[in-house]
Amino acid sequence: MKKLFEEHVETISATQEIPASPSAPRRMTLNMGPQHPSTHGVLRIVLELEGETIISAEPDIGFLHTGIEKECEQKTWQQVVTLTDRVDYLANLSNNLVYALTVEKLLQLEIPPKAQWLRVMMTELSRLNSHLVWLGTHALDIGAMSMFFYCFREREDILRILEMFSGQRMMTSYIRIGGVALEPPRGWQQAVGKFIRGFPSKVDEYEDLLDSNPIWTRRTKGVGFISLEDMLDQGVTGPMIRAAGVPMDLRKTEPYSSYEKFDFKVATRTENDVYARYRVRLEEMRQSARIVTQALEGMPEGLWQADAPHVVLPEREKMKTQMEALIYHFKIVTEGFRVPAGEVYQCIESPRGEIGYYIVSDGTSKPYRVHMRTPSFGNLQALPTLLKGILIADSIAALGSMDFVLGDTDR
Amino acid sequence: MGGAEQISSGPQTGGEMTHPAILETKQALGETTLIADPAQIVDLCRYLKHEEKFIRLSAITAVDWYPSEPRFEVVYHLHSIEKNARLRLKCRLSGGAPGTTPEIDSATAVWSGADWYEREIFDMFGIGFRNHPNLVRILMPTDWDGFPLRKDYPVHGYKYGYSNE
Repeated sequence: MKKLFEEHVETISATQEIPASPSAPRRMTLNMGPQHPSTHGVLRIVLELEGETIISAEPDIGFLHTGIEKECEQKTWQQVVTLTDRVDYLANLSNNLVYALTVEKLLQLEIPPKAQWLRVMMTELSRLNSHLVWLGTHALDIGAMSMFFYCFREREDILRILEMFSGQRMMTSYIRIGGVALEPPRGWQQAVGKFIRGFPSKVDEYEDLLDSNPIWTRRTKGVGFISLEDMLDQGVTGPMIRAAGVPMDLRKTEPYSSYEKFDFKVATRTENDVYARYRVRLEEMRQSARIVTQALEGMPEGLWQADAPHVVLPEREKMKTQMEALIYHFKIVTEGFRVPAGEVYQCIESPRGEIGYYIVSDGTSKPYRVHMRTPSFGNLQALPTLLKGILIADSIAALGSMDFVLGDTDR
Repeated sequence: MGGAEQISSGPQTGGEMTHPAILETKQALGETTLIADPAQIVDLCRYLKHEEKFIRLSAITAVDWYPSEPRFEVVYHLHSIEKNARLRLKCRLSGGAPGTTPEIDSATAVWSGADWYEREIFDMFGIGFRNHPNLVRILMPTDWDGFPLRKDYPVHGYKYGYSNE
């Protein structure tokens, strides 16, 4: 650690050149982070400044690296579900879902409609949760403090619903291989219905609060432009690319988990600035609310888990009355189940963009390799291009508009 | 590698891909995998990007098949927005014994987004990428020993194992 620090001090002193004449612009290297309130995690950016203009920005990541991919190789298939929660801790249900879908593709499991509907409903609720945290903190960075309280008020309602379903507020692990973890609790329709009926008016409230605020519009409109070619080239996905006019939403283009049966629009804008990204996410919240309403009203009857006793844990009641259930339970818990050898890449639309898991199985009860293509990692790569040439004060707005989660980046 | 081969790419790509670097085409679980010659990878990537319209590089990763040979697989996931298709591209690399580095050409000249993914593979598997603009560790500290995602690397690391206490 000490050695790294000394190296760092050396690089800083080496780059601070004394200008040849007093009139020549003086360059300065500024270290932003790793503990900076507007990086929303542990991100370090080395900025090269000329006056107030950013000449170059070099992100330094890895502070939150926890070796999740390595750890996945040590766990049985169903134990990995709890690790996926910790990747993107704001959209943990998206991570659960993509992992479950990938393994189910390898197992070629059929998932009952009720489980698919529940998955869609829960991931959309977690999308709302993630966008609310983003909106609150993004507005807070730009200076609109009250937004934070409004957003976290609604987020609290969502977390209560998640707790009602899974017993956990954040690390729910609710979506499992073969379905969802638990039967929906008694009274869930009322709880979700009450929240989702009130939610669209709350989005209008946010819009009124921000759009009628001249400081907000001036600090976001025309700020943080990055060309579409650069974004496609550097692997940017999600709301960033939709704010540049590309309707790339994997829920529409490569539907999974019955998304093709839901009626919703892909939000796009063309301005390609911080304001457009805000409008896209605001519209996505409205669309997610529509999807949750449809899932709530059209929830099919049936089982919430697949009929696959070798994969899905049996109910407690059956375990106490049926010999087979007890045997399956013992086998799944002690040695896990085997997944046929093969490889699969499955991607879904997380609140931040394309999240894809590439899983290789060698036919044993543990994954051979799990690679997580996380949206924050891909998006953050475009940071130097995004920050180049803009004012340092605008960099906070531009950073916030990317909506990255550092746990998702570093894994 | 030999002459041009006519290879059917299946429903996902909706066309026939012909390139001398393609050694084999596989279809499994609705996904297309091309096995490619590592020596011509950049050329093949250019062809896939410009002729087959795979303008997006989703990710690059690697798999360690220790102790079999060739030991490493570098896996590219490509996406075509225009055709709404996905493609997996694989290169097999041997080597990886202590003191040696398996190497492949960098795809950064084709997609600049390959930069961080290649740095991650270098960091985790110790695979070198020729002509990469800045091949340094990305997730692990710069002075780290070993390559954590290799199969012969213990899960608790070399330095902080419980057995040493």
